[in-house]
Amino acid sequence: MAKSVQQRMMSLNGDEAVAWAARQSNVDVVAAFPITPQTIIMERIAEFIHDGLMDSEIIRVESEHSALSASWGASIAGARAFTATAANGLALMWEILYIVASSRAPVVMAVVNRALSAPINIHCDHSDSMGARDSGWIQIYSEDAQEAYDNTIQAFRIAEHENVQLPVMVMLDGFLISHTMQNVQILPEDVVSDFVGYRKPSRIKLPEFYGEKEIPLMLNPKYPISIGPLDLYDYYFEHKMQQIEAMKRAPEVIKEIHKEFAEISGRSYGDGLLDPYRAEDADALIMGIGSTMGTMKAVVDELREEGKKVGSVRIRTFRPFPADEIRELASGVSSLGVLDRSASFGAEGGPLFMEVRSALYSLKDRPPVLGYIYGLGGRDMPPRLLKKIAEEVLSTREEPERPRVGYPGARE
Amino acid sequence: MSALRGWKEIPIAGIPFEPAVKYKTGDWRVFRPVIDNEKCIKCGLCWMFCPDSSIIWDGDNFPTVDYEHCKGCGICAHECPTKAIEMVRG
Ligand code: SF4
Ligand code: SF4
Repeated sequence: MAKSVQQRMMSLNGDEAVAWAARQSNVDVVAAFPITPQTIIMERIAEFIHDGLMDSEIIRVESEHSALSASWGASIAGARAFTATAANGLALMWEILYIVASSRAPVVMAVVNRALSAPINIHCDHSDSMGARDSGWIQIYSEDAQEAYDNTIQAFRIAEHENVQLPVMVMLDGFLISHTMQNVQILPEDVVSDFVGYRKPSRIKLPEFYGEKEIPLMLNPKYPISIGPLDLYDYYFEHKMQQIEAMKRAPEVIKEIHKEFAEISGRSYGDGLLDPYRAEDADALIMGIGSTMGTMKAVVDELREEGKKVGSVRIRTFRPFPADEIRELASGVSSLGVLDRSASFGAEGGPLFMEVRSALYSLKDRPPVLGYIYGLGGRDMPPRLLKKIAEEVLSTREEPERPRVGYPGARE
Repeated sequence: MSALRGWKEIPIAGIPFEPAVKYKTGDWRVFRPVIDNEKCIKCGLCWMFCPDSSIIWDGDNFPTVDYEHCKGCGICAHECPTKAIEMVRG
């Protein structure tokens, strides 16, 4: 690895780290509506712009539906657009989530994971972004404030990459990351600016009736086009196929940009898709998402000291889902535990559990998989519970007759 | 419509492969506007008000209706100052 550049150590919480990333990433337009626990992102960005430290237009909107609509409009006009939300705000954006993705608008959005109402709860779980997993956005989950900063910068490059052209959500756990102060390494402005560059819309070839031109994919009166009007049974399916294919191309791009960023920053997280910890020789692997997987590392160390061969794997990108990489890590392992911080009511387990099991189906020697739904509404996940889970997984050698899902931390 | 293309051949971002005029949407209609040239004074109001660009008018001759796209909303008939447009079933 090349020598990384000199960085500034700052005490920032996760929200502030994201705001710093946006400030340095040559963002043209920010349109967002404040919602706990995302509010600090908007407050900092507003301050940066006011103080002349960030050269962006800020659009104050009346709702999250408008926040994402304005971001979308800016993006298809050729601007680099950033927004941020959480929980009910994300829910209000729902309609536009799909429109942004299918218009191939490379908007970047920070989602500060928070439980959905009712009852009202402002604390962390992943039910908000997990519900949006089929909307066509790339989803990258962070483990701490530093990674939230790193992921936000990389997200612009991924979203705008000509082989991808899809919006990216960068997730950080509400309060656990968003409001927790941490030492964060901040890259120099010019280094980030060079890394992300300025938005250059990708070029597309227009059909015959437009005169077979090649143009940048953006609205421009010089070459009028319509983006996303009526498209019925004759072409809608083909446009969806293009989104499916773009998602398939995304893992390579995510890995490549992650590697490039590692070279300048000195920080990497596995291969960019999965972040394994002491997984190579493990008998049992615990898979999960977000800040809990930081705690899990300490638990893995403790178990290793006791001679128990446990490792962990943090899923960074949930969309695209790194199924090949999971198969590779899981083959040869005796058992797997999957931690979900959201419930899929009526399903056989949480979303991560279901996808991991589905990925393993094509393995000849499948390890048994146990599912755990935890931490809903910010319920604490202490090391002792994680240890209990890991021990249970380690002692499981047979796939249960029916999918087994536990609810650690819930009282009966 | 020309031969349907595959996903590798069409532009991304939901940009339509065919122009909207190629979608014949006139069959949604129940009533159709019929212009009586005896009463028409070529004022162009129907042309201006039609929300579906279905009145064809060159600015000189009598306007005509594009029945392949006219939805039969009746706005042209409502706006016509000389009652030259009648809405006829079918
Ligand atoms: S009926 Fe409506 S759609 Fe048809 S020509 Fe008149 S105004 Fe246009
Ligand atoms: S509004 Fe009536 S009078 Fe005017 S151009 Fe149309 S049909 Fe003729």
